[in-house]
Amino acid sequence: MPRTRTPVVAGWFAGDGDDFRLLGTRCSTCASVFFPREDAHCRNPGCSGGDLEEFPLSRRGRVWSYTDSQYRPPSPYVTDPELPWEPYALIAVELESERLVVLGQAVPGVTVADLTVGMEVEAVPGVLHEDAETIWTTWHWRPTGVAA
Amino acid sequence: MTDEVAVLGVGMHPWGKWGRGFVEYGVAAARAALADAGLEWRDIGSIVGADTVRGGYPGYVAGATFAKALGWQGARVTSVYAACASGAQAVNTARAQILAGLADVVLVVGADAAPKGFFRPAGGDRPDDPDWLRFRVLGATNPAYFGLYARRRMAVHGDTPQDFAQVKVKNAALGALNPYARYRKPVTAEEVAASAVVADPLRLLDICATSDGGAALVLAGMEFARRHGVTDPVRIRAVSTVTPRYPNTVLDLPDIATDSAAAVPPEGTFRESIARAAYEEAGIGPEDLSFAEVYDLSTALELQWYEDLGLCGQGDAAKLLREGSTALGGRIPVNTSGGLASFGEAVPAQAIAQVCELTWQLRGGAGDRQVAGARAGIAANQGLFGHGSAVVAVR
Repeated sequence: MPRTRTPVVAGWFAGDGDDFRLLGTRCSTCASVFFPREDAHCRNPGCSGGDLEEFPLSRRGRVWSYTDSQYRPPSPYVTDPELPWEPYALIAVELESERLVVLGQAVPGVTVADLTVGMEVEAVPGVLHEDAETIWTTWHWRPTGVAA
Repeated sequence: MTDEVAVLGVGMHPWGKWGRGFVEYGVAAARAALADAGLEWRDIGSIVGADTVRGGYPGYVAGATFAKALGWQGARVTSVYAACASGAQAVNTARAQILAGLADVVLVVGADAAPKGFFRPAGGDRPDDPDWLRFRVLGATNPAYFGLYARRRMAVHGDTPQDFAQVKVKNAALGALNPYARYRKPVTAEEVAASAVVADPLRLLDICATSDGGAALVLAGMEFARRHGVTDPVRIRAVSTVTPRYPNTVLDLPDIATDSAAAVPPEGTFRESIARAAYEEAGIGPEDLSFAEVYDLSTALELQWYEDLGLCGQGDAAKLLREGSTALGGRIPVNTSGGLASFGEAVPAQAIAQVCELTWQLRGGAGDRQVAGARAGIAANQGLFGHGSAVVAVR
């Protein structure tokens, strides 16, 4: 039976290939952008409150900072304890027009040695982990100089 | 300016990995603080407990838990939680009760029994909890955030791993002089560099451990202190418990993203505002400080605090460190207690422990780690989810 592809969090991203986007929301009154999405109330204290509309974030941004996880993170991060731990890089990315920083894992194979602050990266679809029934999908940051 | 409250007594249970319950550490610290104050538990009109999320239900109602263990005597009770800032919330609650005339003398207690390894979120699937989400979606541990801040400093300010190691060397040397510290051995820069990378660029010895420990204070009104025969007590002059201001543009634990600054321009950072509120309330500035205790969850974060407290200009922290200004004997010694580098974090006890160090220093009772002529100190901290925490004490 084919496994289903399920986003690790519903409503945070959508699309395939070049159409992939992180999904935030934007206040119709003050134009504040929120990621993770706010769907109930605008958090700008100077705003009287408007409708929050889904808002695809810029696909590309610049590395604000980066690090990695040399040790296995605890649950609820899902790993197979039978397999040796493979560190992955985490990248905090500044989106210019939204003026916010979003954290994400780097695409597999990109290590901290490949990264510099200020480098351009883009959001791409990725797989967080897989189990018998489900492929859990997420977003990854990929340096734009790296081929898919 | 807000009225002051007196610190009549301070007490701690040594930090470590003792394998016992948090109540035992808290009660030991409370008894030590009461003895230091020359008061009996039955003299105390109010007890404020800083909660722990790691002790089951007794941890969520720590004030009553400690009161029961000390022996029910009918005191007013309060339990507060604000993550790492819980201790400052407890101090502030006690102060407010004293200044409002609700209590003459208040016992403040915080204690924790920490797990081995990384802190992790509470159990269950909670996709609306940012602390759960950052582990589930990213595996972003606390050290991962510390690594991000450290790398950012290297890129923006030119800090080096050697600078970070020097913070550990400084704090370990001071911790070696503190009988309540968990790690009491000097550490060399070579030992830091030889320790394993945990979250690039930070190594094991750049990152604070998680510890068991307990700390307590006896706070009182100035009039009570005089009646008790204490004419020149250490006084708490300010407690800052501010929230951030929107937009919060520095990626904060445990968030996955910052606020957007597109619609509203930011006014400084959250950590800067924590100190500013404390200075304004105290009517002093960073130039008036004799020393500071800061929350060095990592070595790099200690450097960030130098700038956020105004001990130096933005980007100048590594210079301040390199010239020895923040070492004992320097212009503004930082973390004379040994800091979290020497203690490890016992979350609800830590901000209270910082005030213990302020008190010992201001009394001139800090022994070999004494700052000569200490008159004013600040303890600064930041709790997850937007809890500012800073205490200014003077004598």
